[in-house]
Amino acid sequence: MRKLIAVITLALMPLAGIAASGGHELHQANIDLNNQAAIQRGAKMFVNYCMGCHSAKYVRYKLFTEVGLSEDDIKNNLIFTGGKVGDLMTIAMPEDDAAKWFGAPAPDLTLTARIRHGGADWIYSYLKGFYVDSSRPMGVNNTVFPNVGMPHVLWELQGVQKPVYKYEAHHDGHAVASFDSEAEADAYVKEHGEGYRLERMVEGLEMERPGSLTPAEYDQVARDLATYLTYISEPIKLERQRMGVWVVLFLIVFTVIAYLMKKEWWKDVH
Amino acid sequence: MSFMNWIDERFPATKVWNEHLAQYYAPKNFNFWYYFGSLAMLVLVLQIVTGVWLAMLYKPSAADAFASVEYIMRDVDYGWLLRYLHSTGASAFFLVIYLHMFRGLIYGSYRKPRELLWIIGVIIYLAMMATAFMGYLLPWGQMSYWGAQVIVNLFAAVPFGIGEPLSIWIRGDYVISDATLNRFFALHFLLPFVLAALVFIHIVALHKVGSNNPDGIEIKKNKDENGIPKDGIPFHPYYSVKDIVGVGVFLIFFTAVIFFWPDFGGLFLEPPNFEPANPLKTPDHIAPVWYFTPFYAMLRAVPPMFNSQFPGVLVMFAAILVFFFLPWLDRSPVKSIRYKGMLFKVPVAIFVISFVVLAWLGMQPSTPVKTLLAQIFTALYFAFFLLMPFYSKMDKTKPVPERVTK
Repeated sequence: MRKLIAVITLALMPLAGIAASGGHELHQANIDLNNQAAIQRGAKMFVNYCMGCHSAKYVRYKLFTEVGLSEDDIKNNLIFTGGKVGDLMTIAMPEDDAAKWFGAPAPDLTLTARIRHGGADWIYSYLKGFYVDSSRPMGVNNTVFPNVGMPHVLWELQGVQKPVYKYEAHHDGHAVASFDSEAEADAYVKEHGEGYRLERMVEGLEMERPGSLTPAEYDQVARDLATYLTYISEPIKLERQRMGVWVVLFLIVFTVIAYLMKKEWWKDVH
Repeated sequence: MSFMNWIDERFPATKVWNEHLAQYYAPKNFNFWYYFGSLAMLVLVLQIVTGVWLAMLYKPSAADAFASVEYIMRDVDYGWLLRYLHSTGASAFFLVIYLHMFRGLIYGSYRKPRELLWIIGVIIYLAMMATAFMGYLLPWGQMSYWGAQVIVNLFAAVPFGIGEPLSIWIRGDYVISDATLNRFFALHFLLPFVLAALVFIHIVALHKVGSNNPDGIEIKKNKDENGIPKDGIPFHPYYSVKDIVGVGVFLIFFTAVIFFWPDFGGLFLEPPNFEPANPLKTPDHIAPVWYFTPFYAMLRAVPPMFNSQFPGVLVMFAAILVFFFLPWLDRSPVKSIRYKGMLFKVPVAIFVISFVVLAWLGMQPSTPVKTLLAQIFTALYFAFFLLMPFYSKMDKTKPVPERVTK
């Protein structure tokens, strides 16, 4: 048994490394995949606000019959092109044009929740992370995805956020001092001279011009979209977990019986 | 007469059954470590069966491969289960084989007269690595693409003007492309059957020399009046029923991963691989799947010499090829670690730690400190093998009993 534990520990050791490597701090989305209403709302937001540029081309509209919508609901509320419910959620915008307009084609969003470190939390934080930055072509930047090429499509809902900066003196790639005003930081860097440089960091965001939704309502929109995108990234997830319980339970019973059988056969071995 | 007689006059069914199962005598003292041989066969069969089914639904072309995998995951009934069985099966296969090899290492199962058995095993391991490498390209995700790009480029490091044409010959193109995907698919389909044949040869060799055991004693030296080893029991039914218990325990863990944790925290299915291959966009950090990372860490640990990566490539391949020589590196008078002294136990511990640390380092982006660590553990890895003739001879061993112990 001790050996068994040692083996399992050895096998799991590399995981420690994975868990330790994190990125930008993310907001907790606290999504619930059992919340079918949230997935439905997210789907509606997605087809209205996102699908102008982003496809979900591995998903069929028909999928949403799994989260409580009828085929008629889907046809009337989610499909604007007169397509069939069995169609894939593709878009008409050619990739080449998108690349010309935004610098890169807008990525397909089917698997975003599985690609991005943090999954739903990343999506939620990204949707909340837009702020005005006049140096960017679209006039906005993002805390989670710096220098993203996408405009803030939901700005009318959320409103306009402006960044609160802090100024850091960096040396050897590490922050050595942090200031609220640029002048102070600049003085510090100049005083220390060679090898020191000034970095402007976004410390937080504050609402400059409110949108049509309250912050709490906007958070709900972002959460719905995060729930929806997580759902379409692996629609089978909940069912697979439900099945898994029975499979593992069966195997435990099977193993117990197999063990008793082995004991019976081995009675005469000394 | 009976049906079996009719068969036996034309095909040695009963003879084979007896020779290899009902009257094949295995030592009675097998422990935990002896489950992994039969488990490896189970996983191989599982990979072949799920693989054939996946091949019925998968499209091996650069344009369609990624979408066809998503089609399997979404639109095919239980396609997700086939795919997760296969992707988790690859990792399980390596885990089981590493434990199987470790068993051989600690109980001296490579020693005379089992040298050839061990060598066939190392060939199986090599064939497995080739199969897994080619299979990993097939989902045509970012990591598939760039992982293959990095590994095939290793061949380009071969000097004397051979490298460039060699790597182009492997890829069928100047970069990883549709042509590469197509041939990797063909080979990934073929190699498992080669693997099955090699496993057959492995077992033929095993049944010629007989199984080793945790005491490292030859049970054939102690036979009763009927010529049956006193410490032997027929494989069937004793070990067939015992291995079923092992299969049950293994499947509990295996299905738990499949149904609850198929990505295994990014270790079995890497997040960047959910993004389709893009030849114009290099991922920030390219790392092979966990089972290759010890060797990848060794590759990166060796600095380029004479403007060439080739020394690193040599070290990486040497780390695998050195296994072939193990039977002749061990000079200890005893086989099993049970009767060996600290001068063997400590090196084995160092070897295991080196392997695990290198596996971890191979997943990390390299930094100067990590490169130094990789160099130290690469040196320790090789020292384990190359110094074995000396320390295994100097080691103080304990007397080996006549008969196997409990």
